[in-house]
Amino acid sequence: MSNKRRDLLKAGAGVAAAATLPMIWVKDAHAQWNNAPEKGAKLRVLRWSRFVQGDIDQYMKNVAAFSKKYGIEVRVDNESWEDVRPKAAVAANTGAGPDIILGTNDDANLYPEKLLDVTDLANYLGKKYGGWYDAGAAYLRPNGKNWIGIPLGAAGSMMVYRESQVKAAGFDSFPKDTDGFLKMMKALAAKNTPGGFALGHATGDANTWCHWVVWAFGGKMVDKSGKVVIDSPETIKALEYSKELYGTFAPGTLSWLDPSNNKAFLDGQISVTNNGISIYYAAKTSKDPKINALAADINHAVYPAGPGGSNAAFHLFLNQMIFKYTKYPKAAKEFLRFMMEEEQFGPWMQASIGYVAHPLAAYAKNPIWTSDPKHLPYRDAVKELRPAGYDGKLGYASAGALADFIMVDMVAEAASGSKTPKEAAERAQKRAERYYKV
Amino acid sequence: MNSSSFFDNKNTLGLLFLVPAGVLLLLFLTYPLGLGTWLGFTDAKIGRTGEWIGIENFQFLIGDSVARLSLFNTLFYTVVASVLKFGLGLWLALLLNHHLPFKSFIRAVVLLPFIVPTALSAIAFWWIYDSQFSVVSWTLTKMGLIHRYIDFLGDPWLARLSTIAANVWRGVPFVAISLLAGLQTISPSLYEASSIDGATPWQQFWHVTLPMLTPIIAVVMTFSVLFTFTDFQLIYVLTRGGPLNATHLMATLSFQRGIPGGALGEGAALATLMVPFLLAAILFSYFGLQRRAWQQGGSDK
Repeated sequence: MSNKRRDLLKAGAGVAAAATLPMIWVKDAHAQWNNAPEKGAKLRVLRWSRFVQGDIDQYMKNVAAFSKKYGIEVRVDNESWEDVRPKAAVAANTGAGPDIILGTNDDANLYPEKLLDVTDLANYLGKKYGGWYDAGAAYLRPNGKNWIGIPLGAAGSMMVYRESQVKAAGFDSFPKDTDGFLKMMKALAAKNTPGGFALGHATGDANTWCHWVVWAFGGKMVDKSGKVVIDSPETIKALEYSKELYGTFAPGTLSWLDPSNNKAFLDGQISVTNNGISIYYAAKTSKDPKINALAADINHAVYPAGPGGSNAAFHLFLNQMIFKYTKYPKAAKEFLRFMMEEEQFGPWMQASIGYVAHPLAAYAKNPIWTSDPKHLPYRDAVKELRPAGYDGKLGYASAGALADFIMVDMVAEAASGSKTPKEAAERAQKRAERYYKV
Repeated sequence: MNSSSFFDNKNTLGLLFLVPAGVLLLLFLTYPLGLGTWLGFTDAKIGRTGEWIGIENFQFLIGDSVARLSLFNTLFYTVVASVLKFGLGLWLALLLNHHLPFKSFIRAVVLLPFIVPTALSAIAFWWIYDSQFSVVSWTLTKMGLIHRYIDFLGDPWLARLSTIAANVWRGVPFVAISLLAGLQTISPSLYEASSIDGATPWQQFWHVTLPMLTPIIAVVMTFSVLFTFTDFQLIYVLTRGGPLNATHLMATLSFQRGIPGGALGEGAALATLMVPFLLAAILFSYFGLQRRAWQQGGSDK
């Protein structure tokens, strides 16, 4: 159902994009780009620190190539991804700071009027590389016309599992639906090789799987008009399911923060979890032979689909914003263009073995997704991404509700049995209504 | 002539010398505090200056179950941790006041937990409390005492107590060393006089040590309560306020709402709500513990 709607939307967006493109400039399929960076420009970039080493290594190589080609000095600062948001906020508030900030999720929707309009660049890139995926537009083209940032991609969160243990539990492949998934989790727990999913305030891991499980059963935080509808029979079903699922988890998941499942998985204590490709990357590049050997047994899968057929999931969306206060808007645009072009973006994706999935359709052909079949599930992270504020508009309310862990707390309360599913849903409804001011 | 007399005036000169300190205080203390309080009365969001909305934020917070839970958590955390820190700190101070071998070395070691950056010690505690890798659970399982790892940070009440334990571990040295300094200012002649009068050690403690120590206790415990009430780092590293918001303190919730959540006004209001409690703590220690008459052996009138 939702896939159909999605396709329709995409088709609609395609038509709209074609209609608004400046046809005068584009005579053939080749997109054109005319931009002359300011003389003597200098750029400061603030980005989240790498999750995988290959990312920053190649990123800095690309930056050096840019500096060499254009003679523009670029300083890159790294901050832990959760610290970028406050820094970016300060920059937006005070009107001073880095020219470009690589942020996450709905950052750009908190201060759209402080960001440089990059519609020309987005159109150029979109035209050249087969179009932007819907999620990119949902976050960064909030009014349907103007782009307030350039999508960088998404750190896909997928099912990470131990092939041998899943097989030993009687499953030849990773289940495609929620019923099969629950059966597998039960079988794994019975074999004393349980899975585990974070239920603490793990900004990345807990938010991603908790949104998936609610969506899989048709629940959602708000409807299109921004009315909170989380307290619904669909959500209750999802919560009852979560409760059963929780019974199969390794102990302690209520306290898990983002690094917990990585550590437990690499130590061989859990057989299934949800995560970025970083666990696999860590195992592959580990100097410890025991952990290194684990890599062969690790595989990935997309989330199982719920009764309604949806396996929509939330992933950590990554954006690139240019702030209006920059003295060198053209140089900043040029920088983003350069970094997004095939020659730079392709090697960068490869160096980080696809930790960041591409936001442009043409990059699906990048060999990183096929060179190792285990990478494949992460390929469509942006294509299939559903923003956490689904099905409403993104902005303060969605960002606030997400940061307040309303969805995670609800699932954790119901799963752990500290509240009944109904109570948990009611409480989430009340908490969310405060953000979406009824 | 005029100018020299201007600078010769002691009052003018005094004021002039006060200016740098005054400017620093205004700039870095009064202004942020004022701004924070003002923000609490606006609907400021990240990237957008707010408009005055009166007490709406406060009304919102009072009706908010998570904010109320955080108030309870904060009070529980502060009271339990402060009482423990005082008891253990005083005990430690009394022990250290005796003549021990390697006295100064031991005193230096006692201070260590206080010197280590909180974030660092919190990570050590994380290792102690981890649900999969807890060194405590590991030892107990190896000894065959338990069969399942203790869910230190996963069970709401256990998580509260675990974070309190970490806070106490960190806070005791400050209390102990400060009280030790206080103990050493008490004149030995008082103890001599009381033992000539036939006082038991317990009577000495009750009638000499404690009254003489109260001014220091008042200051130390005021600081200790303030630090505990506004604790942030420890919780942020250990639990992020989880599980199920059981360890969310007002400071951590204020950050979560204000910065990652973008609701600056609400975060500021929550921080402002901490002020009355802090003021109460200060007033209590100053008026409650600074009782001169009692210190001088009389009774309160």
